[in-house]
Parts: sequence; structure tokens; C-alpha cells
Amino acid sequence: MVKKRSIHQGPADITFNITNTIIMLTLIIVTIYPLIYVAFASVSDPAPLLQHRGILWKPFGWTWDAYKRVFANPMIVIGYGNTIFYVVVGTALNMILTILGAYALSRRKVMWSRPIMLGIVFTMFFSGGLVPRYLLVHDLGLLDTRWSLILPSAISAFNLIIMRTSFQGIPLSLEESARIDGANDFTILFRIVLPLSLPVIAVMTLFYAVYHWNSYFDALIFIRDRDLYPLQLVLREILVQNDTNNFTNGALGGDQYRIGETVKYAIIMVATLPILFLYPFLQKYFVKGVLIGSVKE
Amino acid sequence: MAFLQPKTKAEHIPFLKKKEPFRTRVKKDFKRNKYIYLMLAPVVAYFAIFQFGPIYGVQIAFKNFTPADGIWGSQWIGFDQFTAFFKSYYFWRLIRNTLLISLYELIFVFPAPILLALLLNEIRNMKFKRVTQTLTYLPHFISLVVVVGLLVDFLSPNGLVNQILHAFGGKQINFLQESGWFRTIYISSEIWQTVGWGSIIYLAAITNVDPQLYEAATIDGAGRFRKIISVTIPSIMPTIIILFILQLGSLMSVGYQKIILMYNPLTYDTADVLSTYVYRKGILDASYSYSAAIGLFDAVINFTILIIANRLARKAGETSLW
Repeated sequence: MVKKRSIHQGPADITFNITNTIIMLTLIIVTIYPLIYVAFASVSDPAPLLQHRGILWKPFGWTWDAYKRVFANPMIVIGYGNTIFYVVVGTALNMILTILGAYALSRRKVMWSRPIMLGIVFTMFFSGGLVPRYLLVHDLGLLDTRWSLILPSAISAFNLIIMRTSFQGIPLSLEESARIDGANDFTILFRIVLPLSLPVIAVMTLFYAVYHWNSYFDALIFIRDRDLYPLQLVLREILVQNDTNNFTNGALGGDQYRIGETVKYAIIMVATLPILFLYPFLQKYFVKGVLIGSVKE
Repeated sequence: MAFLQPKTKAEHIPFLKKKEPFRTRVKKDFKRNKYIYLMLAPVVAYFAIFQFGPIYGVQIAFKNFTPADGIWGSQWIGFDQFTAFFKSYYFWRLIRNTLLISLYELIFVFPAPILLALLLNEIRNMKFKRVTQTLTYLPHFISLVVVVGLLVDFLSPNGLVNQILHAFGGKQINFLQESGWFRTIYISSEIWQTVGWGSIIYLAAITNVDPQLYEAATIDGAGRFRKIISVTIPSIMPTIIILFILQLGSLMSVGYQKIILMYNPLTYDTADVLSTYVYRKGILDASYSYSAAIGLFDAVINFTILIIANRLARKAGETSLW
């Protein structure tokens, strides 16, 4: 932390502080208000909500009707279940491979680690592109399987390098004394390196999990079977393509449209809340992750 | 490159190690590091299959690919796909749209987190600073689908933005259906998504600035604004340059995942970029070779720009990626 240098506050200083505070408050409102609006609208009574014009200061009434409709919809439930599967299995595989790779590439005196490292870095700046990637997944027979959302993104080169940098910071003496006691690399990884790296492990798990939770594009090109849709692809149909017909069963005409509107807001909440709830507790880890990545510069 | 590595080991018994032939060293290395290589096996397999596999597959850009013949079996046709693309009706529109969006990103999106970091650093009240940080990081974790869903909702003809415009006597604008609005919406939502998260790295760089520099500046009579210009910005310049080079390296590739959600045939005029065109041609129309050629064209230009930018940065100062 930089020590604040408060010696005296001249008039210029005060103007500066006031302007700065106003800018920051504006930024906060612009950032957060859209989400507050959605939260208010999702629990509002549909009829007065649609007649209302302009900023929402509070919800109209209080009803969980939209949420009930969301959770009664089979596609949302399937999407939620699938996304949880992709997050859990995908992140687990991500972590296993990233840890193994980061450990192996952080060791000294390994003859082939430099060429392998160069190859990995190269893939960060040059890739075959969308179509060859699609054809590869097709040729491997992974199209329209759950694996198509897990295997092609099994390691992020960027995360691997961050973790490797972090492992390299562990004092060599610990490793050497363990080796004298007859420990092999697996023992050193699990007994020494991992227990000392819990923050970076937490950060990487979160980065990967958020990636799986939020990604839609791989599913868009690799998955046709609606039973395998992740939540984001279901959301895309409802939010972006404006298809809420499945949620308004039993309602007629204008009602159908009105209910569809609140259902959209409820869906946004349902899809975003898990991350928003975790967020305040995990924030310090996220920040740490970015900083570890910047150290190597 | 591989020959460089064992030197550290050789220090122990230099006269022996230097004489050993390559094959003996490889064997010894494998024996000594067998568990390391066991760990590396799945990692190398992943990169070989899923990262270098598509790089191998990019040869279809020079072929007339048919699924029946496969990547290797298809007939070579040289640069025909490329010339077809260069002559295509859409070529200049795609180049113009891609470059304009990238340029606006460089001008508006790139400096935003730097500015935010500088302003955050000037907040004296630590609690207020923390709250601002926490809240501005938030959009980074909201999925693209939800972000575009919010845009669709707020910018629709009856949406919140039009309601507010109407209250001030403005005309109704169908923002997402008008190509004139696309870039503005794309860029401003991009700032909304990235400004907070992007500021973390600059804030960290600011934290590392030597406090003595500020003290010296104070003694010389510099005000706060002057200190930002003369101390803070020059101190974080290396970080700015690194991130700028990386940004330049994706000059020709715009975030297609967001555009695919945002655009429609009415806005293709300004919204369609190289990568979205590749998606439509390649995945939706199954013109594999043609779209692979466009993708390769894109990737090669990006890679070249990255290398040139890095070289220029290295020549100008001591900061560079490698």
C-alpha cells in the first residue's frame, strides 16, 4: 500500500476530491443499477411494471410468480443441471491437468521443459482458428457429447503459466530436504507444493469454474441435443432471441406478454445469483490471481 | 534450446557432462525425471491434440476440403480460397468493420481502466475505495449472454433507455436494429464489462511506485494532478506498454462471441467482422476451406502485428513481451 501523503489540503485539492468522488459515484450507479433494476423487476407484479415508465426505485408489489415459472420450466432445470455437471467435471479436469503441468514445468533440470514451454506459449498467440477446431472435435467423434465442452478447453495456457510462476516461488530447500528423505515428485507435489499453494489453487479453481458457468460459444457450435444444453444456451434463446413462450402457459394474450417480461428478469437473476452470492467472499482471491499473473513481467 | 537446460546440472561435474553424447543425456534425463514426464504426458497430449491439432488442420485453407476425403486426403488448390475472399463483395466491409471496432477499442476501452486506476488511487477514504473496487469488478463475472440480454432489454423500443429518452422529449430509437448505433453500443458495453477488472493490474503497478518519488515531487512543489502526470503515469508505463502490445496482437480479431449475440442482418453493415463471418461461413454454411482461409489470414496478420509491436517496444525502451 502506498502511504497517503496528506500534508495540507488546498482549494485545488478539495475540488479534485469532490470531482473524483462524483465520478466514482456515477461509475458505481452505472455499474450496479442495471442489476438492481433487474432484481426489482423480477419480483414485481407484471401489469403495473409494464405501465411504469423510466427508472424503478422499488419493486411493484412482491411476487415470486416469475421465479416459480422459471423453475417449473424443464429446459431451465435441464440447463442448470447440465451446467453444474460441466462446472464440476470440467473444473476438476482443468485443475488436475493444470497442477500436473505447472508442477512439472516449474522444476529445474528437466531437459524437455523448455521446448514444451515454448510450444505452450506459442498456442497463446497463434491458433488454428474456429473451423479447424470444429473439424477436430468432429473428427474425434466428440460432437454432440458432453466431452466436447470439457476436453477441448481442458487447460488454459494462461492459467498454467500463472500457476507455474507461483510454484517456482516455493523455496528450493524444502524440496531438496524432502528428496534426501527419499520423496519422489508426486510426494513433493502433494505434500509440499500443494499445501503451500492453496491461494493460487483457490484462484484457479474459481477462474475455471466461472469460465464453465458463463461460457456459451462452444456449446453453440458443438451441441445440438437440447438435453445437453448448458444454462447459458437456454438463456440465449430466452433473453437474446426473445422466446418466452414456454414460460407463459395458461396465460392469454396481453397477460402472456407481461408475464414473459418478468420471467426474463427472474431468469437473469437465477443465472447470475450463484456468482453474485459467492463474489464478496471470493473477491480477494480473484484479485490475487490477477496479481500473480502480473508478477512475471 | 533443449541443449541449454542441462547446463545447471553440468556444473557439478563439468568435464564429464560436456562430453556425453546427446542420446545418453536424453536417457539419463528420462530416468531421473520419470515422474515429471509422467505428469507432463497428459498435458503434452492435450496441447498436441487440441491446440496443435487445429494448427495442423489449418492446411485445409489451401485445399478443397471435403469431409469424405478428410484433412489429409483433400486436394491441394493453393491460394484459391484466399484470392476468392480478397475479391469477395464482403472483403472490404469486413476489414473496415474489424479495424474500426479494434481502433475504437484502443481509443476508448483500453485507456478506461488506466484512468480508473489513477482515480481510485487518489481516493483517500479506504472504505469508499474498497466498495468502488468491489462493485466495478462485478460485471466481469456476468456472462456474455446475460450482458447482451440486458442490452436487448434496456435498448428495446419500449425499454428503459427509450422510456428515459421519451421523458426528455426524444424520439424512439430501435438501437439494436440500426447499424449506426452498433459500434457505440458495443464499445460502451465493453467498457462497462471490463473497466473495473482491468484496473486491478494497473492499481498493483501503482502500489509498487517508490514513495520517495512522490516525496521528491512534493518538495518540488508539484500538486496532485502534476504528480499523476509526472510520477504515476511514467512509473506504470511498462505495464501499459505490455498490455498495449497484447491488445495490438488482437487488432484483427474482435470479440466475436459478443457480436454473434448482438448483431442481426439489419446491422451486419457495421457489425459483421472477420471472425463472425468465419463463424457464419464455416459453421453455419459449412464452407470449411473458405472460412479456414479467412481465419488463417486473420491469425497471420495478428501474429505479425504482435511481433512487430513487440520489436518496436523493445527498440524504444526496455519493455517487451519477450
